[in-house]
Amino acid sequence: MNVRVLVAKVGLDGHDRGIKVVARLLRDAGMEVVYTGLFQTPETVASAAIQEDVDVVGLSMLSGAHMTLAPLVVQALRERGSEIPVVLGGIVPPQDLDELQELGIAAVFGPGASAEEIVRTITGIVALSS
Amino acid sequence: MLNRERSLTRGGDQVANESAQERWRRLFVAETLRPGKFSTMSGIPLAPVYGPSDAEFPGLYPYTRGVHASMYRTKLWTMRMFAGFGIATDTNARFREIIRSGGTGLSTAFDMPTLLGLDSDDPMSLGEVGRCGVAIDSLADMRDLFAGIDLGNITTSMTINSPAAVMLALFVAQAEETGVVRARLGGTLQNDILKEYQAQKEFVFPPRQSMRLVRDTIAFTAAEMPKWNSISVSGYHIREAGSTAAEELAFTLANGFAYVELAREAGLGVDEVAPRLSFFFNAHIDFFEEIAKYRAARRLWAKWMKESYGAREERSWQLRFHTQTAGVSLTAQQPEINIARTAIEALAGVLGGTQSLHTNSMDEALALPSEKAARIALRTQQILAHETNVANVADPLGGSWFIEELTDEMEREAEIIFALIGKMGEGSMLEGCIRGIEENWFQGRIADSAYELERSFNSGERIIVGVSDFLEGNDDNELATLRITNEDERKQRSRLEQVRLDRDANQVRAALRRLSHEASDPTLNLMPALIDAAKSYATVGEMMSALADVFGRYVEVPSL
Repeated sequence: MNVRVLVAKVGLDGHDRGIKVVARLLRDAGMEVVYTGLFQTPETVASAAIQEDVDVVGLSMLSGAHMTLAPLVVQALRERGSEIPVVLGGIVPPQDLDELQELGIAAVFGPGASAEEIVRTITGIVALSS
Repeated sequence: MLNRERSLTRGGDQVANESAQERWRRLFVAETLRPGKFSTMSGIPLAPVYGPSDAEFPGLYPYTRGVHASMYRTKLWTMRMFAGFGIATDTNARFREIIRSGGTGLSTAFDMPTLLGLDSDDPMSLGEVGRCGVAIDSLADMRDLFAGIDLGNITTSMTINSPAAVMLALFVAQAEETGVVRARLGGTLQNDILKEYQAQKEFVFPPRQSMRLVRDTIAFTAAEMPKWNSISVSGYHIREAGSTAAEELAFTLANGFAYVELAREAGLGVDEVAPRLSFFFNAHIDFFEEIAKYRAARRLWAKWMKESYGAREERSWQLRFHTQTAGVSLTAQQPEINIARTAIEALAGVLGGTQSLHTNSMDEALALPSEKAARIALRTQQILAHETNVANVADPLGGSWFIEELTDEMEREAEIIFALIGKMGEGSMLEGCIRGIEENWFQGRIADSAYELERSFNSGERIIVGVSDFLEGNDDNELATLRITNEDERKQRSRLEQVRLDRDANQVRAALRRLSHEASDPTLNLMPALIDAAKSYATVGEMMSALADVFGRYVEVPSL
């Protein structure tokens, strides 16, 4: 199975080390990766994900705005009739995890998540949703 | 290592046949020392510096061993803790707490919208207001931020880049409102736009237009604010974005050379600008490599300023720097152990001769620092300063075969990178830095280094305690972290709405029109128009938009 992933930075957060490293690690694992660059909105991410026909959207958020912005990406996808799963990586306090799950985030990768864990989780989510 | 430099032009250094040690001693005895006994805990008296008479000595070119002859015997490093969150009154309370607990300098963290020149009610600001720092929209917020703090008697650092000129204008306007004239203001504006494109990615205008604003702040502060450092040339973010130590060193110094060349284009001599540049480096976890990096930085800067740029003033040769411990080295797992990491990194900064230091809080891989975590981080510095005796002797590792060789190696690697940048700019470091950005050269190298490091963690070649090994205790997650709610965002928006209602709209319009008009004439300095706009209560977003109308906005080509 050839997994296609859109990785995205939403909002004003310019920390792009994590997203670039993870994108390369996903490529090493044989996935196809699309990156739309900095300062995207939930709408531009949803449109790009649908247009690129990806299997999963990966958001990277290190500024603390994840509770506001990550659910908006899920919402923008669903409003466009898409069921593409959304995963999130970055600085996410543990107490936010349950709420993020309720808001439709399929998985959260905190600091220290290994390449192996990220690849395994994404592969599992994609297998489940297709 | 021999000091081959024998022809200093200042400081009465022309005494024939005088050894480096004798010259150092003359400088040292002229210094005032802080009170205290300089001996070990057991009473062994300590010399201010050690080495044979023909060694390099601190306070002497090329300053490998430190910029001051007496180093921390005169003055300990400034414990400058970076703080900012929520609305201005929240951060003001934290500033006062820092001053009360013995902090000697303020350092302001702004929120993302402010860093990108957006108002709190801009649609793009949603979810970000007051989160990573304090939200500043107008002079009204600046007044609350510094309420009850005498700006004439404390130094203030403002970590802001794209809107640096706008923030400087607001700061000057606020100080003058409280009766402190601009000439008395001491502090630092980060104002290092080159590393924004290379690493931190908080840019607004295209690189060349941004550099015009930097030029204007350099010229304005040189003319009117004698105690102000116009740029803090920052390697910190380059390293956090994933570079190696040598890349951090080389990219940062190259950016410094670029600013010197920029100021020269504005008609300023190297000795008018170089003394106003300070530097900001990372203190990562590889202890000796970091110390070697700081030593090499001082030596390289001195040599380049003197030999390549013809600086005559000693102050121009002396690289002074701030250090912050490495945020990326902290783990979310077992966060308390970050106190140990930070202490080791801070020690590297001190042994490397830093002028000021910020120590990260243990909870920064989880959230913004809580007050308690920030206090422990400051206490870590106080232990280093007052208990360990490490500040008694300048450059205590100088002369170690290992440290000297590692310092030389850092210098060699940096020179190789300088040559590459110089080649990109056809001899101009300014042009080389800008073209390197436009061609994604810096960004690509940093991403490559970050990836290589990550692979070494994933392969098990490197261990991170609590992450790849020694996991027992990882489930014990009881740390109370700072929670920032969207309440601050609502509060800040309503404050901004009030400011817009209370001000004289005609005056604002006129000030913004003047700003756009002057922006279109590159021979003009924009600072007077910005200060005028700040005083009219034009917002940060309005001033930045007025400039963007002329300058355009920068979009980075996405690359992996």
